[in-house]
Amino acid sequence: MSVTYIDAIREAQEHLLRDDPRVFLYGQDIAAFGGAFKATKGLSEMFPGRVIDAPISEDAMAGMAIGAALEGMRPIVEMQFADFSSIAFNQIVNHAATHFYRTGMPVPITMRLPSGGTAGSGPFHSQSMETIYAHYPGVVVVTPATVADAYSMLIESVKLDDPVIYCEHKFLYRWLKAQSFKGDGLPIGQARITRMGRHATVVTYSAMVHEAVRAAERLQQESGWEIEVVDLRSVKPLDIDTVLASVARTGRLLALGEAFPWGGVTAEVVARVVADGFHLLEAPPMRLNARDTPVPYHPKLWAAHRPTPESICDSLRKLLSY
Amino acid sequence: MTENEGSNNQKSGADYVRAMFAAMITARVLENKLSSLYKAGKIVGGVYLGKGQEAVSAALGAALIPGKDIFAPLIRDQAGRTAFGEPLIDCARAYLGSALGPMRGRDGNIHRGRPLEGMLAMISHLGSAVSVVAGALFAKRLKGELLGCVGATCVGDGATSTGAFHEGLNLAAVEKLPLIVIIADNQFAYSTPTSSQYACHDLVDRAKGYGVAGHSVDGTDFLACAAVIGDAVKRARDGDGPQLIVAKLLRLSGHGEHDDGSYVPAEIKQSHYGRDCLDVAEMQLLEYGILTKEVIASMREIAATDVQAAVAQAQQEPTPDPYQEVWHAWSTERFYSENS
Repeated sequence: MSVTYIDAIREAQEHLLRDDPRVFLYGQDIAAFGGAFKATKGLSEMFPGRVIDAPISEDAMAGMAIGAALEGMRPIVEMQFADFSSIAFNQIVNHAATHFYRTGMPVPITMRLPSGGTAGSGPFHSQSMETIYAHYPGVVVVTPATVADAYSMLIESVKLDDPVIYCEHKFLYRWLKAQSFKGDGLPIGQARITRMGRHATVVTYSAMVHEAVRAAERLQQESGWEIEVVDLRSVKPLDIDTVLASVARTGRLLALGEAFPWGGVTAEVVARVVADGFHLLEAPPMRLNARDTPVPYHPKLWAAHRPTPESICDSLRKLLSY
Repeated sequence: MTENEGSNNQKSGADYVRAMFAAMITARVLENKLSSLYKAGKIVGGVYLGKGQEAVSAALGAALIPGKDIFAPLIRDQAGRTAFGEPLIDCARAYLGSALGPMRGRDGNIHRGRPLEGMLAMISHLGSAVSVVAGALFAKRLKGELLGCVGATCVGDGATSTGAFHEGLNLAAVEKLPLIVIIADNQFAYSTPTSSQYACHDLVDRAKGYGVAGHSVDGTDFLACAAVIGDAVKRARDGDGPQLIVAKLLRLSGHGEHDDGSYVPAEIKQSHYGRDCLDVAEMQLLEYGILTKEVIASMREIAATDVQAAVAQAQQEPTPDPYQEVWHAWSTERFYSENS
């Protein structure tokens, strides 16, 4: 009996609704219909009045959550797709994110963002928004890559007093399976060494962790290279200590992400490693991201837009041959 | 917030209009002082006044119950804030940059609030408070505490053009929340006249489209404001759902004190809506025998003394110290080791 990443998200919400009367869910089509991805399937029947359909009003959905949080609730808002959170951007970064610093009163909202690309989804149902939100002070941005993290980090997100952007990767929803939701108990803010290695470090997060591990296995079989893979888990706060410790062991860094290339998490990782760990590096650090175009619709274009095990291997070969 | 109300009921009748008028006088005295301080270079940042909008704002603030209701004031709501019970020192501290008080120099002027006590701290993005107040009411409903509560916010004619206003009011309508939204249609959004802001005959016509109750009021008419706004708040409190009130008036200052408002044509200033609601209020209160000239004079003196005391206190207080500042925007302290 195995469980999936989307099961983890649904189960975590059921757990939260059962254990904490302050929790409620708000989003489009999430009540009787169970959500576009069925992340809330059956929950409105189990918890009447606490799983609520929203109008197509992302700004007001976020604003509503903020007001509810100020009244002591712990809302979880489902954006139908991360892409649509751009409409809620103002409420998230200007209202929720500034509130604790300005007034001393935190805004504990959790925004669930179904993120990242899947074949055929196109420019407006494929985006990775973590960089945009991480730029703003006061926001916590988490990017779970495993079934256990999807479960535990959603529960932890709701318990945090700060606004959390919970980026759940759609590609992992049904593909990623585990025996249970039980994990290693790492808290938000700590990265994980997913795969040990000694020749180069790949720092990544979300679905790209799995692509990095595939690339690492391929290089090991092909030529015996031992690649370490660091899963950031949360991109803000960013656990740069774990990254630096890994680079200290390997001397080589590839920062890998599925988001657009300009700026972003991978640029932040490289900038911090260069600033704080320049002496550790045996080669110029590299970045590998999606291409600098909108996410294309056709599966052949989409597959070439985002990093793949092949392109990750190519980058690593260059990094290792420097 | 002060506990002086001591009541769980909305004020009515003479008590209500007296509370309104007291707040209006205090707000006007305070705002005149702020204007002088601004011109003397004593205030860092902008000064935004509610001159001409006091009757509307105070009618709302005085109809709300502190400690129970939610109020999200906007930039021209000094009178409403005072009527709702905001201490004058909050305003003085925010404008004069005191390190004390709720905002501690981290935000200024009209962005102050006491969210823990139901008075929200506005952001500059217009219309964005509508859904937030709706959310607070929604939470009260989930907690079983909504009965007899209302939430209210104020916007100008300009904010009605935002998506946030539309989304927020529609959400409140769908959920049938006891939300009062007052549109102070003051004829100019900064310098833009309403002819460039909306094309409908009257903004109150939109109430029908949202499926909410709509009310119109002459915002310069003190007693009309008391009647219409007081009644709308009561209707919301009694379960009649969202209430949209459109108050026609004229802003009697620039957008801020940096702006002389020279784009407002003289004929508009001399029109009916160019009259000062404070003058109208005094006339009406005397006419109906609610207050005497002596009482009004003494209210003015008390307001002047209170304002002077608040400003003097804030001026003596320490300003924020960048070396002592906690430069973190998270409340979760274990994240503070992150050196971002």
